[in-house]
Amino acid sequence: MIPRIAAPVLVAAAVVAAGCSEDGPVGDGPQPQGTVTLLTHDSFDVSSSVVRAFERESGIDLRIVPGGDAGQLVNRAILTAGNPEGDVLFGVDDNLFPTAVESGVFEPYESPELARVEDRFELDPTHAVTPVDHGDVCLNVDLDWFADHGLPPPTGLDDLTDPAYRGLTVVENPATSTPGLAFVLATIARFGDDGWRGYWSDLRANDVRVVDGWEQAYFGEFSGAGGGEGERPIVVSYATSPVAEVVLSEESLEAAPTAAVTESCYRQVEFAGVLAGSEHPEQARQVIDFLLSKRFQEDVPLRMFVFPVVEDAELPPEFARWAEEPEAPLALPPERVAAERDAWVRAWTDLMFG
Amino acid sequence: MPAAFLALFFVYPLVSIVASVLGDVSPGTVLGDRRLRDVIWFTTWQAVVSTALTLLLGLPAAYLLARFRFPGRSALRVASLVAFVLPTVVVGTAFAGSRPSLVALFAAHVFFNLAVIVRMVGGFWSQLDPAYEDMAAEMGATGIRRLIDVSLPLARPAIVGAATLVFLFTFTSFGVALLLAGPSRPTIEVEIFRQTSQLLNLPVAAALTLVQLVIVSALLWVTSATESRAGVRQRIVSSADAARAPRTRGEVVFVAVAAPMLALATLGPPLRLVWRSIRTPAGFTLARYLELGSVREGSALPISALDAVATSLGVAAGAATIALVVGALAAWVVAGSAHGSWLRGLSAVPLGVSAVTVGFGYVVAFDAGALDLRGSIWLVVAAQAVVAVPFVVRLVEPVLTSAGGELREQSAALGASPWQTARDVIVPVASRAVLGAAAFAFAVALGEFGATAFVARLDSPTMPIAIVRLLSQPGAASIGQATAMSVMLMAVTAAVTVAIDHFRVGAFGRI
Repeated sequence: MIPRIAAPVLVAAAVVAAGCSEDGPVGDGPQPQGTVTLLTHDSFDVSSSVVRAFERESGIDLRIVPGGDAGQLVNRAILTAGNPEGDVLFGVDDNLFPTAVESGVFEPYESPELARVEDRFELDPTHAVTPVDHGDVCLNVDLDWFADHGLPPPTGLDDLTDPAYRGLTVVENPATSTPGLAFVLATIARFGDDGWRGYWSDLRANDVRVVDGWEQAYFGEFSGAGGGEGERPIVVSYATSPVAEVVLSEESLEAAPTAAVTESCYRQVEFAGVLAGSEHPEQARQVIDFLLSKRFQEDVPLRMFVFPVVEDAELPPEFARWAEEPEAPLALPPERVAAERDAWVRAWTDLMFG
Repeated sequence: MPAAFLALFFVYPLVSIVASVLGDVSPGTVLGDRRLRDVIWFTTWQAVVSTALTLLLGLPAAYLLARFRFPGRSALRVASLVAFVLPTVVVGTAFAGSRPSLVALFAAHVFFNLAVIVRMVGGFWSQLDPAYEDMAAEMGATGIRRLIDVSLPLARPAIVGAATLVFLFTFTSFGVALLLAGPSRPTIEVEIFRQTSQLLNLPVAAALTLVQLVIVSALLWVTSATESRAGVRQRIVSSADAARAPRTRGEVVFVAVAAPMLALATLGPPLRLVWRSIRTPAGFTLARYLELGSVREGSALPISALDAVATSLGVAAGAATIALVVGALAAWVVAGSAHGSWLRGLSAVPLGVSAVTVGFGYVVAFDAGALDLRGSIWLVVAAQAVVAVPFVVRLVEPVLTSAGGELREQSAALGASPWQTARDVIVPVASRAVLGAAAFAFAVALGEFGATAFVARLDSPTMPIAIVRLLSQPGAASIGQATAMSVMLMAVTAAVTVAIDHFRVGAFGRI
């Protein structure tokens, strides 16, 4: 049995290998620089042409290894600090990086490319981590549903506790979901230490539904998702979800069927850093520069549905047309989130399931 | 040597956990937290329900296989053993629906543990002299009455032992619970993993580990106490005598109903898995199997499935070798010792100490100085070996004790040196058991998930780790590939298990 399955595989592998080896010596590229391992979360995505171009120019062989969701990825890095599983880590966000930086996960590196990055994204003064993209967490609404029911879509967080919107909202559990956490942080940023608990009590009274993860919320419960089966027209998702609906739709759409509620957005910046203990620190730093290159920055919007952080990156036409970039999203200082997150999540859990 | 291995890779990590708990949090932290209390409560009641369901379905199955001869009987016996040895991840994949479900969790637990009842209780019944029941029949007892008044009470120690074991297995359920119960209903094991890998809350994970350790130790102590109290021996006969063709109408009906049901229960889920691996909305395909050799773009795996197979086979072979050496030597010591039962209890501890505890212990223990083994493949090998050792001890030791004791004395009486006795008498007798144990250790290591999940490297996952990684990623392509890999892992495990059965070691003779 096994040889029969393996034979075509081996042939395929040989063909691929032959193809690869042709690339190497033909051009007059630089000396081979060895392999750099980039640890990322599972949502990481980049066009292979962009990676190949970088490899050709730098002589670096870039190996991309996904390691679960952002939380799992960063925790692995903390547990293996100083003895890392790779050279560069991408995918630590503004809620997670203070703990990681404090644990000595990263080797500081101030990339010359940072000059092109908007100041509002440079949240780490020690340059242990470098901002790469941002994709804010926002309420999304199903425009058709609201049109059919003759109800104006909500315009901000306050509307959700209005009895008119009773039973319409689905959110993710902040204990198990990154956007779920971001949304709770949005309410803390918006209503303050004194007000956010009351807001959630009201939301609970207004029959909000809580599910474990974004997949389940967006495709299982939200009525506006293409191919989804949900019935609720308000969901916690991303600023770029409406443009994703258009781009990923099987039929060609003139307008996005959903919209992000800009007033509700919470900032989420994703960073990368050189892992302390990397065996190829010099090459690892080149990978950081690559992540800020115009080519990579212009590629990511349609691959990961996030916004670039450099000023000179041009948005793809789909984004220009259907995505609204929140200019001043709600935010809390990363250090404060790192210190109080656990207590907040516990308080939220007691409030919602108690 | 085995003592040194167990000290370094089993005792030291456990001590590290306990030390870290004593340093940071009190067990009160766990018991005082409502959510964690809920976790402990859920773990307990789902184990109770799972055990009850397993008994409900397992006892008729055990009676059927022990008492009656019918076509397909031996195939069913092997099938139920295969189910027990199947990797948790494979069973999880087979039972997984589109949403988390308690029904799926219970079904998977029953599927797994039917074999425990069949082997332990059925093993008892098949050796019980039919004369007991015949006597009751002569005194006018009907079939049902004979069962209730004679066969069940006589088997009570075996039933209690089997039930305790099933409770233990379902209480420490990890792979299946992770895949089927969903993140909002974690068992203690799942919560330990979550607190470690997602929340990095090592103190709470350690405290939970301790809670788990206390409960499991108590259970093991109860088990070994009941085991020794069950010392009353019934008249036993060889199993060939106890099984016969069904005679009365009631018996024929029982066999006609129970046998197909058992076949459905043990063969249904694996067949469903195979079915799902070749079916797509577009029709039937072998494409997912052909893809196993390549790296799919955007996949959660940086390697091809065949690479994971290679990693798994290599690691499992290493782990099985270590487990065999350590376990066989430990069994030799246990069998030859006056404190045998006590030592046997000790060797069972890793069986109760869950794989998750071992894995978590490695995370806490091997992170600094000379023992900084983070990221080393040897840590995975050691973890799997530790998990497999108790099985080896339990397979080899009874053979050494029963055959060894008597034969050793006779051989010595005939003037043989201890070395000659070992070479010419014990080794040939035990070699069957050792071969079986090696195969069993290999199968256990191959499917090991609980400990491996903590120590496997991202870029070189074993098959079970790779399957879970694929399942955690949305999209039909990932899930399709996961089912195909599960089928492959299932096939390998099933082959190994059939080999074990061929060696005729009493897998659960003494657990």
